[in-house]
Amino acid sequence: MDFASFLIQTLNSLQYGLLLFLVASGLTLVFGIMGIINLAHGSFYMIGAYLAFVLASATGSLFMAILLGIPLALIFGALLEWALFSHLYKRDHLEQVLLTYGLILVFEELRSLLVGDEVHGVDIPAMFSGSIALTEVLNYPVYRLVISAVCIVLAVALYFVIQRTRLGMMIRAGNHDRTMVEALGININMIYRVVFALGVALAALAGMLASPISSVFPNMGSHVLIISFVIVVIGGIGSVWGALAAALIVGFADTFGKVLLPELSGMVVYLVMAGVLLWRPEGIFKKG
Amino acid sequence: MNRTNNRFSRLSLAAGLFAASLGMAQAAPGDKVKVGLMLPYTGTYASLGNAITNGFKQYVAENGGKLGGREVEYYTVDDESDPAKATENANKLIKRDKVDLLVGTVHSGVALAMAKVARENKTLLIVPNAGADEITGPLCAPNVFRSSFSAWQPSFAMGEVMAKKGLKKVVTVTWKYSFGLQSVEGFKEAFEKGGGKVAKDMTLPFPNVEFQPFLTEIASIKPDAVFVFFAGAGAAKFVKDYAAAGLNKSIPLYGPGFLTDGNLDAMGDAGKGLQTTLHYADSLDNKKDAAFRLGYVKAYKQQPDVYAVQGYDAAQLYQAGLSAAGGDPAKQEAVIKGMEVARIDSPRGPFTLSKAHNPVQDIYLREVVGGQNKVVSTAVKGLADPARGCKL
Repeated sequence: MDFASFLIQTLNSLQYGLLLFLVASGLTLVFGIMGIINLAHGSFYMIGAYLAFVLASATGSLFMAILLGIPLALIFGALLEWALFSHLYKRDHLEQVLLTYGLILVFEELRSLLVGDEVHGVDIPAMFSGSIALTEVLNYPVYRLVISAVCIVLAVALYFVIQRTRLGMMIRAGNHDRTMVEALGININMIYRVVFALGVALAALAGMLASPISSVFPNMGSHVLIISFVIVVIGGIGSVWGALAAALIVGFADTFGKVLLPELSGMVVYLVMAGVLLWRPEGIFKKG
Repeated sequence: MNRTNNRFSRLSLAAGLFAASLGMAQAAPGDKVKVGLMLPYTGTYASLGNAITNGFKQYVAENGGKLGGREVEYYTVDDESDPAKATENANKLIKRDKVDLLVGTVHSGVALAMAKVARENKTLLIVPNAGADEITGPLCAPNVFRSSFSAWQPSFAMGEVMAKKGLKKVVTVTWKYSFGLQSVEGFKEAFEKGGGKVAKDMTLPFPNVEFQPFLTEIASIKPDAVFVFFAGAGAAKFVKDYAAAGLNKSIPLYGPGFLTDGNLDAMGDAGKGLQTTLHYADSLDNKKDAAFRLGYVKAYKQQPDVYAVQGYDAAQLYQAGLSAAGGDPAKQEAVIKGMEVARIDSPRGPFTLSKAHNPVQDIYLREVVGGQNKVVSTAVKGLADPARGCKL
């Protein structure tokens, strides 16, 4: 591999890792703070992508689709928390897995009934549809760089909200000790609703952003679900920073694995996960 | 979803086994002929399963609702494209419903399991899509037929086409699973015989769609062309990523027709001008195809595709066999003989079957023009799968 290729592959790794972070951050928040194993998280990604497809077809613009889609995803998340997930906090993990697995099936069936089973494309917004020439034959689509930029902005915003605001303080406190937070007169149920809605919106946003480059297709959520769980486990359950670090590690492992170890490319990510867990059984950034 | 039925089906399987041990019932003349459709009706391949079903039923309808002079009774199972449930699902149709003909399926892994069950029970099986070479190769059997293609066929044809174009250095990309690898093998066989060289084979695990690292590799190798096998959503994404990386301007992309079939809408402009090979195309110049398309649009209010054709031909094939046996599905040897010698007047163009029961058919070179896969030329006439490992 020459140096130019190495740099471009590094860029590929960063870009892929950042997109994975966007999906995994919501999962790690819900998993770490609320203690819920949410297998339906991939479905929120899928729902986001289909929202982008439907809204972009209706409004003619992906921007509008995202602007409309985010509040819809937040409301949807809050409703779902109220109707279903709020009953799960005191149940064990098996029941959570049952419910959220059931939701995957329900969401896929609804998707099939409402939008059908075809593969759809979403257009890249015109102002980002260009590309930058990297070598004489290879261009880099501007839109991929835009996605990376949005992911970085969101990572910083998440950091700010969780570390620097009163809401973040309550979220962190709830993470440590639910009963004590309640005893202090804070409405922990409302906090959970906000966190869950935020998690849904993050996954849906990832789906919306990714829809132009990944296409929109049935079962697209299950692809990202597994890799998101890998990231959450590598990063340490509940740690947003862990998720960011782990997403980048996975991005690099996947990209360079495909190029350097093509025979093992399917395993590289999991080998990395096994390695990290041997070194730090609770993930890179332990919770708390 | 059949998940809830699992326990029930296991019970009925046991009951079926018991009934089977008492001796198979013989079909009396005048009885309906029982056709078991085991196809994907949910999940990624649902639209393919529906197209095959529609095609099959269209032929039966054209034939007055009959096959071999008998009314047709359908038994349907959703195989969910899940190989783990394939044996059980096939057994439901064979042992519980006692179908005369089993038709299925799309997913090669499921079809291989079905072929095994069909061989063990001596049930007649027509595979209306799954292209795994083994089905009419090492695992071929007197009672197993295919109305579609083998993975080898369209890819081999593309190898010839690309060698004739004078392309010398090619990179291949595919998912690392049997259909993808068999496609690449078929391509290489013809391409290297024609004087070309494959610079690098790249694979990624199914159904991973993060292609960016490969595009970077392709740009640094700078081959004359790229041969890919992808299908469905992955194919649409690859073509779009390839165009977004600007590679389509300097390095043309080729592949078997699964790359573009059913994906043209999702690909948009990125698909324009793509050349692919397949045993069917959108603008074939034959009367049978024109009539088939008209009938299909009338019946189902949508355009037919290659999968509908394969379903249609599965019905034609069985009609040929059943007629030869005087309409008695129990005379299986006569049915098989009839199918083996049949000349099927397919919308894709007429075809016969090879010794291994795979279509000997023309493979077309197509180009994406105006949202359709238009015929450019016939890439290879009467191409027969080599059926390596088949002892029929």
